Amino acid sequence: MSTVPIKHPGQTVEWHLPSKRRVGMSALITGESAIFTIFVVAYVFYVGKSLTGPTPAQVLEVPTLSTICLLSSSLTIWRAEKAIEDERIASFTLWLATTIALGAAFLTETALEWKKLIFQDGLTISTNLFGTTFYSLVGLHATHVVVGLLLLTTTLVFSLLGWVDSRHSERFGVIALYWHFVDGVWVVVFTVVYLIGR
Amino acid sequence: MSDFSLPVSAVIDPGTAASERGTFLETLHGWVVTVDHKRLGILYILYSTFFLLVAGAEALFIRLQLAYPHNHLLSAQVFNRLFTMHGTTMVFLVGMPFLFGFANYIVPLQIGARDMAFPRLNAFSFWLTAFGGLLLYYSFLGGAGLYGMGNAPDVGWFAYAPLTARSFSPGHATDYWALALIVSGFGTLGTAINIIATVISMRCKGMTLMRMPLFTWLLLIVSMLTLVTITPLTAAQFMLLVDRYLGGHFFDTQAGGSSLIWIHFFWIFGHPEVYVLVLPAFAIANEIIPVFCRKAIFGYPAMIAASVAIMFVSLSVWAHHMFTVGMTSVSNAFFTLSTMLVGVPTGIKIFNWIATLWGGRIRFTTPMLFCIGFLFQFLIAGLTGIMLSVSPWDWQLHNSYFVIAHFHYVLVGAIVFCIFGGLYYWYPKATGHLMSDALGKWHFWLFVIGFHITFDTMHFLGLLGMPRSIYTYQPDRGWNFLNLVVSVGGLIQGIAVLIFAYNFIVSYWRGEVAGDDPWDAWTLEWATSSPPPVYNFEELPEVHSRRPLWDAKHPDDPDWEYES
Repeated sequence: MSTVPIKHPGQTVEWHLPSKRRVGMSALITGESAIFTIFVVAYVFYVGKSLTGPTPAQVLEVPTLSTICLLSSSLTIWRAEKAIEDERIASFTLWLATTIALGAAFLTETALEWKKLIFQDGLTISTNLFGTTFYSLVGLHATHVVVGLLLLTTTLVFSLLGWVDSRHSERFGVIALYWHFVDGVWVVVFTVVYLIGR
Repeated sequence: MSDFSLPVSAVIDPGTAASERGTFLETLHGWVVTVDHKRLGILYILYSTFFLLVAGAEALFIRLQLAYPHNHLLSAQVFNRLFTMHGTTMVFLVGMPFLFGFANYIVPLQIGARDMAFPRLNAFSFWLTAFGGLLLYYSFLGGAGLYGMGNAPDVGWFAYAPLTARSFSPGHATDYWALALIVSGFGTLGTAINIIATVISMRCKGMTLMRMPLFTWLLLIVSMLTLVTITPLTAAQFMLLVDRYLGGHFFDTQAGGSSLIWIHFFWIFGHPEVYVLVLPAFAIANEIIPVFCRKAIFGYPAMIAASVAIMFVSLSVWAHHMFTVGMTSVSNAFFTLSTMLVGVPTGIKIFNWIATLWGGRIRFTTPMLFCIGFLFQFLIAGLTGIMLSVSPWDWQLHNSYFVIAHFHYVLVGAIVFCIFGGLYYWYPKATGHLMSDALGKWHFWLFVIGFHITFDTMHFLGLLGMPRSIYTYQPDRGWNFLNLVVSVGGLIQGIAVLIFAYNFIVSYWRGEVAGDDPWDAWTLEWATSSPPPVYNFEELPEVHSRRPLWDAKHPDDPDWEYES
């Protein structure tokens, strides 16, 4: 096939497109937001509709400490992002470990809260509408924290083995984006469950 | 054939794939482990074609049962299972995989990319979708659990609560239904993410958003809509499983739960889903109509704007499925108006297609015939949609055959017609052989005649008061003759689809050799060989206008001089 070069008057411009990983994660976050929205709507719709106790006002305590832990982990992961971009791997590993510790502390406190609710207050997922919606919504969020912790711990292991350098900053940025999302969702869940619904 | 110069040089050795054909097991292994977007696209298409035949057969059984009153071909339970499986299969295992199959195959080629953004996620999504289909159909064997005969779900494709509660749907049929939709829903979500990332981040040099082919544009919009459409269904299915397995009360009316909220959640998914299915049909028409009337699409920016408008407005119309549940008159008015509003951008599209046809040199090939059928039928479907959006009219006709006729006009008359058009159009690209045009015309005319006999008549049955989802009826209702007519039309469509299936299979070996660009088209997928090599393009192309191949074929009169 003979190829006649095609002349185009326009100058060849620089061709930059967004990172496909960031776009993909943003799309996933959009989809996940819709899932959370449905669960939040169900929670709000059923506030005060339980036919039997216990009610949120009787058994729920505001989880201040765990909220502080989770929200500050957004700050520490941001420090880790900065560190990996600047090739400060020791600092990166430290900030990453701090983030994991804060996330784990959040999960532990959730576990203790659930233990109290189940064994002291007798509230399970099948007790009443409050139990059904509460464990579903908070559990859905906790599942996302667990997934985030798995991602972060894998990264930490790689980092301790010396496999991580600044070339991976974009990939780590994607994990951080997910973690920020999990934190952001907690703000909504916290507001709905512990402030409005109590 | 190609005496013009293409923007990309020929592939290195297009004969490689054929000459290196291994044993059957090697070929099979290659298809199972593939991450190539073209192979996955073909797998999607074959998968959904198979289920099209299955769900079509289910529809024919439904029509045989209803052909005359007091028929005993099917029992009431089997009838319920068949219409549930027909609906679920057609939406989740036929419609969505067909459209994602087209997207997988065409989008990377049209934007001049070597593959999708995440090839392994792509394969994972396909196998999830495929597993979802197997799970749904496994319910025929395992639906009642180990202690009894198997059965399929019989709760309707919308599965209204509290019919799905454990006490009303014992056994596992409903669980298979919910799990299958969760699994295939994750597959759909993965593919949507992949298409978005591909279109945004993988375009070849020079392909700005305003130079993207409309097919790719619409698939981008559909994928964004899918992100927020399929996920509410997944969430609702999780709630249903919490109710069924963990003793939750989401939809348990005995414990203060609401069955209404299921209907809301379902249609928050269910109505945008219609647009998820129909926008790719528009996308196919956007490619076929200009090529076969030899004109550039009329109103390219208006088409994009209309699609974006449909995406947003379609998220606020879901409760027009619920006028009869007793909403406030404010809600009724809101959903009536928002539903009518969707008609505006859709009308813009119809006018643009007609304006594209106007004065064109139309070639009535099989793909074009299907698109013209689509235009005519989609207009009627839109008009009955406007009728049903008026809540008092809907109170009269809700759950009647009028509604069935309306949405089959959209799903079959618009979407299936465009899918057939797309299959005839891109088949030569994927296989290197054209499908027979003579058989294609038999297919088209039989299908279009059968379609109108069936679905035009259904409107009258609805107006005469025949409700949906009934397994038989009394002979004194005045529905006998019309029902027989509907069933005869169904059989004619069945014959047409069999002709298509024969053509589809046989053309692979016997079809006329197509060459790279059999339709003299303008988008990048026709710039590479048929079938394209694994890497699509030897050199990644660079584009300067919306019709890069037009520029290549007419260097004296390129498009970029007219586009700003």
